[in-house]
Amino acid sequence: MSTRKIRVLVAKPGLDGHDRGAKVIARALRDAGMEVIYTGLRQTPEMIAAAALQEDVDAVGVSILSGAHNTLCPRIVQLLRDKGMDNCLVLVGGIVPQEDVPKLKQQGVAEIFLPGTSTEDIIKFLHDNVKPRD
Amino acid sequence: MPETKESSSPVALEKERWERETLEPAVSKHPERKKSFQTVSLAEVDRLYTPADTEEVDFNRDISFPGEFPYTRGIHPTGYRGKLWTMRQFAGFSTPEETNARFKYLLDQGQTGVSVAYDLPTLMGYDADSPLSEGEVGKCGVAVSSLSDMEVLFDGIPLEKVTVSQTINAPASVLLAMYLVVAEKQGASWDKISGTLQNDILKEYIAQKEWIYPIKPAMKLVVDTFEFCTERVPRYNPISVSGYHIREAGATAAQELAFTLRDGIEYVAWGVDAGLDIDRFVPRISFFFNAHNDFFEEIAKYRAARRIWAREMKQRFGSDHPRTLQMRFHTQTAGVSLTVQQPLNNIVRVAIQALAGVLGGTQSLHTDAYDEALALPTDRAALIALRTQQIIAEETGVVNTVDPLGGSYYLEALTEKMEQEALDYFHKIDAMGGMVAAIERGFPQREIQDSAYQYQKAVERREQVIVGVNKYAMTDQPAEVPILVIDESVRTHQLERLEQTRAQRDAGAVNNALDKLRLAATKNENTMPATIEAVRAYATLGEICSALRDVYGVYEEPAF
Repeated sequence: MSTRKIRVLVAKPGLDGHDRGAKVIARALRDAGMEVIYTGLRQTPEMIAAAALQEDVDAVGVSILSGAHNTLCPRIVQLLRDKGMDNCLVLVGGIVPQEDVPKLKQQGVAEIFLPGTSTEDIIKFLHDNVKPRD
Repeated sequence: MPETKESSSPVALEKERWERETLEPAVSKHPERKKSFQTVSLAEVDRLYTPADTEEVDFNRDISFPGEFPYTRGIHPTGYRGKLWTMRQFAGFSTPEETNARFKYLLDQGQTGVSVAYDLPTLMGYDADSPLSEGEVGKCGVAVSSLSDMEVLFDGIPLEKVTVSQTINAPASVLLAMYLVVAEKQGASWDKISGTLQNDILKEYIAQKEWIYPIKPAMKLVVDTFEFCTERVPRYNPISVSGYHIREAGATAAQELAFTLRDGIEYVAWGVDAGLDIDRFVPRISFFFNAHNDFFEEIAKYRAARRIWAREMKQRFGSDHPRTLQMRFHTQTAGVSLTVQQPLNNIVRVAIQALAGVLGGTQSLHTDAYDEALALPTDRAALIALRTQQIIAEETGVVNTVDPLGGSYYLEALTEKMEQEALDYFHKIDAMGGMVAAIERGFPQREIQDSAYQYQKAVERREQVIVGVNKYAMTDQPAEVPILVIDESVRTHQLERLEQTRAQRDAGAVNNALDKLRLAATKNENTMPATIEAVRAYATLGEICSALRDVYGVYEEPAF
């Protein structure tokens, strides 16, 4: 079995600067033994996909509160697929109306975590769903 | 020192006896529910407060009378018996037409002031047609790219009568210019109009992170608005120093208090350094605080804020002018405390938070709508939020006497403790060379991040309870509430007006005005006159901010 640590890119796309959630998640994943790269603010989908490829991550955690999720999230998924990162999970956390959840999942988002989610649930999801690698 | 004092006072001795004779037998029979009781800021709360806890507090020196130094009990001698607080609901979404209609609806329902929320492209100084604006136009607020949008936004709202608060920071000077030009077109005189510009750039670097330029030129733009308004728009508040966003980012109540007031001191120092008369510009500085869940901690925070501000203005800056010493503030209930789960519970949270703001003596109040953890508020949710304030004002009786909780042993001890904690932070920040230097070192940012993480952990350990989330959660799907959806047609609508504006204006006049603005910025002159000229020529927000970016550059956040 591989001992490679799970690598996660925590990304903050769009113009919004509210990074409390992104930073809390980044620290919780780190404390859970994962390797975490935080993109910083105001990243375009292209920048996020490029960083995911360069850092060879298992998952991208997208924090979005501004309502721009339907524009930005599918584009991030598509760009990752275009780069051949088919196994890279895209997780979304933030303010997403319930009715947008199925649509985002159909477009390739692995899971959407709404406000009130415990960091433990996100850690568990990653452990359960990241495909082991050599 | 307090130890020996406490043990010798009659009350302290009596308390020891009570603990021995009454408390201990009771606790051994029925243990308390928890080992430690904490505020929402994770601060320890004692079992009981008595006069022994307020021995250090001197009534005449520290509490005093309302309308008198140090203003702990409020800035008005009659509290709310003379005038109620301004009910000012923050609103903005979609197109200027839609937001204009919401403003008129709220004014018709008895709201007494208007407060504009701008969308993210506007907050960041981008036009609706910038590629960076895609997906964000009209989403978190109203979209404004030029004077044409601003004219629609305030159509039929008389700016000489209605006071308007604008939540805008990095490009604040440009939106102020647009507001002034719209007022002028309505025939309203600048020396009569009033209102508030948030314009608090320091808390952007600390917490909300919607910045454009590096810190020092951004501070220069703020000072430009102080200078301009003091001379030309004397009843306007050019800044609202904001703890709200600092708290929302995860700060404790004491950190919110400390960083906000230290930001306020920094602005005063910059104004004084620029040669402004402290007693002319500081009376127009207003503040903005959060109202979070912990009722007494919040009330103590507001009371401590007034006391600290009065003392700092006197001691640091030598002012003795009452208006300089009196802190006026707006309060908004804590958006971060609202839950997606069982959203109607939020109505109750908001009511209690708003009550804390009122008992703390706020000058104006925004109550959040119950659906704000889901989306921007619907008309119905916005109306209940306003009605909550009206019920507090008209039905509860808390407005009948000034500072009704003053003298509570717990509250006075907590007010004193808050003040001490803030002063401890002031010493640290002063030692770093002031707030700008502290921000450059990432000091307040790290303190807040740390508190946010500790709070999250406390929630996950269920030491902090969130009803409907980590206790009393319902597994079956909670009742859905209707939410407001902003679709992409808003962008199309805004792009059309933007194109029309660009086509109809005099391009030469725009270029001249932008050149003048660059020159004023380069020569370190006040940028307001050139900004107003550019706005009048229908230069767009994006073009004006871009001209200033040419001179000032952009801020890059260091990694903390």
